[in-house]
Amino acid sequence: MAHTAKRLSLEEGLFAGFLTALAFACLVIAGKAVDGVMAFHAGIGLLFSAIGVFLIFNSYFKRPADAVESGYNLGPIKFGAIAAVFWGIAGFLVGDIIAWQLTFPVLNFDLEWTSFGRLRPLHTSAVIFAFGGNVLLATSFYVVQRTSHARLAGRIAPWFVILGYNAFIVIAGTGYLLGATQSKEYAEPEWYADLWLTIVWVAYLLVFLATLWRRKEPHIYVANWFYLAFIVTIAMLHIGNNLSIPVSIFGIKSYQVFSGVQDAMVQWWYGHNAVGFFLTAGFLAIMYYFIPKRAERPVYSYRLSIVHFWALIFIYIWAGPHHLHYTALPDWAQTLGMTFSVILWMPSWGGMINGLMTLSGAWDKLRTDPVLRMMVVSVAFYGMSTFEGPLMSVKAVNSLSHYTDWTIGHVHSGALGWVGYISFGAIYCLIPWLWNRKSLYSTKLVEWHFWISTLGIVLYITSMWVSGIMQGLMWRAYDKLGFLEYSFIETVEAMHPFYMIRAIGGLMFVTGAVIMAYNIWMTIRVGEKAEQDAADPALVPAE
Amino acid sequence: MSLMNKHGILERHSMLLLVGILIVVAIGGLVEIVPLFYLKSTIEKVEGMRPYTPLELAGRNIYIREGCYLCHSQMIRPMRDEIERYGHYSLAAESMYDHPFQWGSKRTGPDLARVGNKYSDLWHVSHLTDPRSVVPESVMPGYPFLTKRELKVPDISADLKVNRMVGVPYTDEQIANAKADMLAQANPDDDNVDAFLERYGQTIGDQTREPTVRDFDGNPAKVTEMDALVAYLQMLGTLVDFSIYDDKADLR
Amino acid sequence: MSTYETLANFAQTWGLLYFVLIFAGVLAYTFWPTNKKRFDDAAQMPLRED
Repeated sequence: MAHTAKRLSLEEGLFAGFLTALAFACLVIAGKAVDGVMAFHAGIGLLFSAIGVFLIFNSYFKRPADAVESGYNLGPIKFGAIAAVFWGIAGFLVGDIIAWQLTFPVLNFDLEWTSFGRLRPLHTSAVIFAFGGNVLLATSFYVVQRTSHARLAGRIAPWFVILGYNAFIVIAGTGYLLGATQSKEYAEPEWYADLWLTIVWVAYLLVFLATLWRRKEPHIYVANWFYLAFIVTIAMLHIGNNLSIPVSIFGIKSYQVFSGVQDAMVQWWYGHNAVGFFLTAGFLAIMYYFIPKRAERPVYSYRLSIVHFWALIFIYIWAGPHHLHYTALPDWAQTLGMTFSVILWMPSWGGMINGLMTLSGAWDKLRTDPVLRMMVVSVAFYGMSTFEGPLMSVKAVNSLSHYTDWTIGHVHSGALGWVGYISFGAIYCLIPWLWNRKSLYSTKLVEWHFWISTLGIVLYITSMWVSGIMQGLMWRAYDKLGFLEYSFIETVEAMHPFYMIRAIGGLMFVTGAVIMAYNIWMTIRVGEKAEQDAADPALVPAE
Repeated sequence: MSLMNKHGILERHSMLLLVGILIVVAIGGLVEIVPLFYLKSTIEKVEGMRPYTPLELAGRNIYIREGCYLCHSQMIRPMRDEIERYGHYSLAAESMYDHPFQWGSKRTGPDLARVGNKYSDLWHVSHLTDPRSVVPESVMPGYPFLTKRELKVPDISADLKVNRMVGVPYTDEQIANAKADMLAQANPDDDNVDAFLERYGQTIGDQTREPTVRDFDGNPAKVTEMDALVAYLQMLGTLVDFSIYDDKADLR
Repeated sequence: MSTYETLANFAQTWGLLYFVLIFAGVLAYTFWPTNKKRFDDAAQMPLRED
């Protein structure tokens, strides 16, 4: 064999160089930190970048000189899938803990690290960004390879994306517990975590695009359109909403560039479109790949999917101001937001119909395949919450629903029903494909997961409907003499039974997820091997 | 090449798809956000708004740190019940120095936009330390550690300076004396009280309005996080003088 | 005319036209007869085993 000199590739060199520089920067920041949280986070940064450099060189010494990789790159996807299950359970659990805190406030323990105000961002970030984000990373890496018939671009880059993203989660999550937050909902991490996420996200976009460039199919499948819109728009929103100036680069505190009414508009432009592009577009991509794949039939109407795509991304971006009805935001902006939110109902239901009708002629599969059923129920929840959303964005309805638990119920019918179920469905599909197993360890356990968590969701959203509408009505109730009938605290007291029901519903949802984790663990450990190695198919273009 | 093949380019070629997406998603945000900076009617003209004092700013940062905005709004809507319950509806001008804004989105607890001067300092201290000692049905967490912990800000002058960079009109003098001012506001016996009041007082018409100087937490021995938080809560919504505010002038 | 009115007038005329044109463009692209085959083929992409 001819001897080829082994060389560090450009990619390896760049990442190793960047991480080394980052490690030194973290060391300096840790040494000069003006607050404890920054010292701690710089320490984590130092540790993680050092591990990164070690991993790069470790893989360099292990690989042959002329490493030509073939087949699909499944490693980062496996990591993402497992991370999603782990963070999912953690996030659901924290959510249920804070639900119990609202029922029994003694559970706050009067400690700063365990109070509702610090755990709530931990819950929202863990479920949206840690659970949802890992699902999106894993599925997008899978779908883009499969539908392009091409291996994921880069050798280090995909790992950098998935590990770097999870490092962001660790920084953000520990930060919340220690009081590092910029108080912008769903964008709480402080400036340094935001910067890091920006770097990871650019790498993600490049890996995704470069994989598309390698595709052997002439057409880019519509699921990838949704993924691309998700990646690009989230980048835009993340940068726009996190423009802030740190007080010192050695401390965590920063101040937003915008203030008051402008900051509110930017925040809800971000906040609503985090829903629109992270929790909708990204998971619609999952729907457009995994439902046809699982049902073994093409999507109901590809043409509808194209209209769905452009209409959805065009209209969603306008809907933000409905979070600011009757506030000090100018009326013209509120009207725009309400109008587009109502119009948004149409593309949303177009997408729902497209997903559901994919099953037409194969409805019997819902009886036998709980994984497919989960995904279809998910689309039904999508339809329900995208009807409820436009309804709540009508100013007259919003005057009642805003500031109440109705909003919380609405969010959770979308989050638990739509995002949760489509993710569980995708994970249940992915695990046997990734680990080359014939099937899941137990279909029966999927049934259990499905029914327990469905019951949990029903308890959750119905209790929040009742408590939300009740609270809204109590706030505006007048007695015969024309005085406000209830003091605020009486409305709080009235919530108690519903908070209890909600917390029980949440507990059932957590239980379902634990069942899933066990099923997945057993599938990987003892599942029967499939014949063909999924990781190494011949990458030929299909005609 | 027919026209339709050119259309085909958009979806075949990822870069064009990327640009198409960017254009489509950029427009909505631009149309809704950019005019807010240029339309004069966005922020009303009011008398009385002033930047936060260093102690109030430090208190506000504790409010943010503890995630108070997750259960308390600071935005009163122009509806009869809200105005009766909380006071005059909130104006955009009242949060013009808020980086970031704290309007909130949920009222697990009541709105705080005008909580200032509604309760005594002692009530706030008791309530924050053990909410159920004053409101038995409350579901709020207790924050007993606030009274024990000394207020520590690495460099409050730097905080003011950054606020000035993003548009809050702090003077050089206010920035230079930020730390002394922060301590003086929580200690009526401090030698710097007069200078502090001079720096943050304003004259509106024929009356002088000054920030409150008090030992907010009732513990003269040290300036605690409780001092800062209560100082912030006690000034919320008190700056604009609604007796002279003409809400017809700002109708839009 | 105030800045607000100028902007509002612009949005209510040209803005509307812009929306209509974009929507028409998407529909035309989607339903153009020569694109049918490509879309039918694309719909099969997830099902093609490799």
